[in-house]
Amino acid sequence: MVQVLERLGHTVDYPEAQTCCGQPAFNSGYWDEARAVAERQMTVFRDAGVVVIASGSCGAMVKVFYPELFRQHPREKEARVLAAKTFEFSDFLVNQLGVLNVGARFPGRATFHDGCHALRELGLKKPPRRLLQHVQGLELVEMKEAETCCGFGGTFAVKFPMISTAMGEVKCASIADTRADYVISNDSSCLMQIQGILDRQGKSTRTLHLAEVLART
Amino acid sequence: MKTHARQFNESARHYTADLHHRNLIQKALDGYYVKRDEFKSRFQSWPDARDLAAEIKWEAVNHLDRYLDEFVSRLEARGTKVFWAPDAQAARDYIVGVAQQHKVRSVIKSKSMTAEEIHLNDALEKNGFEVVESDLGEYIVQLRREPPYHLVFPAMHLTRRQISDLFHDRLGSEPTNHPEELTMIARRVMRRKYCEADMGISGANFAIAETGMISITENEGNARLTTSLPKIHVALVGIEKILPKLSDLALFLPMLATAGAGQSITCYNTLYGGPRQPGEADGPTEFHVVLLDNRRTELLADAEQRDALHCIRCGACLNVCPIFKNVGGHSYGTTYQGPIGSVITPHLRGLQDWKHLSQASSLCGACTETCPVKINLHHHLLHNRRNAARARPAPLESLLQRGFVFVMRRPGWYQLAARLGRLTQPLQRLIQGTVLDPLRAWTKTRSLPSLAEKSFRDWWRERKAP
Repeated sequence: MVQVLERLGHTVDYPEAQTCCGQPAFNSGYWDEARAVAERQMTVFRDAGVVVIASGSCGAMVKVFYPELFRQHPREKEARVLAAKTFEFSDFLVNQLGVLNVGARFPGRATFHDGCHALRELGLKKPPRRLLQHVQGLELVEMKEAETCCGFGGTFAVKFPMISTAMGEVKCASIADTRADYVISNDSSCLMQIQGILDRQGKSTRTLHLAEVLART
Repeated sequence: MKTHARQFNESARHYTADLHHRNLIQKALDGYYVKRDEFKSRFQSWPDARDLAAEIKWEAVNHLDRYLDEFVSRLEARGTKVFWAPDAQAARDYIVGVAQQHKVRSVIKSKSMTAEEIHLNDALEKNGFEVVESDLGEYIVQLRREPPYHLVFPAMHLTRRQISDLFHDRLGSEPTNHPEELTMIARRVMRRKYCEADMGISGANFAIAETGMISITENEGNARLTTSLPKIHVALVGIEKILPKLSDLALFLPMLATAGAGQSITCYNTLYGGPRQPGEADGPTEFHVVLLDNRRTELLADAEQRDALHCIRCGACLNVCPIFKNVGGHSYGTTYQGPIGSVITPHLRGLQDWKHLSQASSLCGACTETCPVKINLHHHLLHNRRNAARARPAPLESLLQRGFVFVMRRPGWYQLAARLGRLTQPLQRLIQGTVLDPLRAWTKTRSLPSLAEKSFRDWWRERKAP
């Protein structure tokens, strides 16, 4: 992501004091704890012009759920300011910068997995696909279950492993139907789930983050 | 006694391992998706229709006091007896009372999830009344002595073969693989029951305030017979079923059919406004409407989740839910399965006993996306989780969450934790997937990626160094 943004002429900073967005606590129902973690990120990113996140899930946490988490809280306004200037990577490239071709080259057959947060909380169906369509050498094929959840769901994956795994199996069967060599997504956690199941199934399909593909030249 | 959470886990484990079952449900729903999309596209604008439907239900639910009064006064004006039931017990007692008072011998019933909610059949049978379900799917699960699998498709988990065997065992019919023949077998039994029954029980899909009528939607004509042949008709209606105007049905009938069953309009749509009026030749001589609260008003008092009362019980959220499709309808152990059930059951039957359903979700949001009346379903699962943790924090989880906050507020500790992870991963690899593995919940069925040898932060520092 850093390489792609720099290639496009932007200055990237990485505040080393950043940690987690707080979603694990938020999704588990521990909103006070989530707020304590979120407050830290709000401070860390206070001076940034734009915050770009390489994950639809963390992106949705900041953009959609921070305002809800801080509703009627002294720092509500700050949460809203951060939400407004935060973008998921493909959202930033396509909708903010108007860039479709980042000059990437990646030979292979790939299918795109819609992470639920990017798709439904942030409404990002097209941006990642438009970027991938402009990658030289990449053949993008749609799978039937592109919009079906991979089953990760944060702590859900370990609280209800049997359901999570069954969902992942449905996803992987749909991936296999496309005969793609690669599964690309804009969420590392989905990719960890999908790769974890593909490995156990002995499949050679590899998962790649959108940024990894866009960085290749 | 097993807790509901344990029962859910055991059942989910059973069904997720049953590939045959998972494929059966998936296949049944594949046909639904095609028809649903076909009929959605016949709306001038499905998104606008959803907006309008949500607005109408918002109006109805937020002025429920007024609309219920209007509904009841118009019903009563035509001689309907209305009973306000604060809870399930009161509703059961009233309906059993009506049956006793009229020395009813047998009861025929059309499909009603609200009747399932209050376990009406049990109560009637315990008091010596025979009850026969007249909806084919409901009749099948009644013969199997099991609850409906899905709030719209009660017998979707069964194959033709299983139904044929069931009819053979219970009704003595010849085995057959043809749906028409199976239907005829049930029909022959049912026709006799309609004629014998002196009480018909129905639910209602909508309650029209403006005209004081209930609207019932069905595909088999069974509800019409159930409500018109016996001399008494009792309709059990949840108070949230209100629609302000008769013309609202012009939107809600096709919407319910499209979202619920992938139909443009359901085969039979009937309005009922009272018992037989003077000069009329047929219809029941008595019509009772039982309005059920059963903790719906508690949901009404919760401004955050009030929109859950918009629900028209179409079942669309179940049909797209990856949890439902993998664990099946019976795992929930609730009257209302799937996302809507996970949202409202904690309100109807107790948060602490049913919070596990809100946790058993990846929060993918497919339910919210599909809901025709725009209930914010998956966010309400988050709200239930928050309310449950706030009311009674789990000791181990609270401790973990506090540890999480401690580390995440201290970048030094965060980096140390990452480093420890990299150091201990080779050890974890040795025991991966075994009972010793602390990450077994993950690694039993999935591999774990290796942590990068170099963290992003280290890469960043090296790159910045001159």
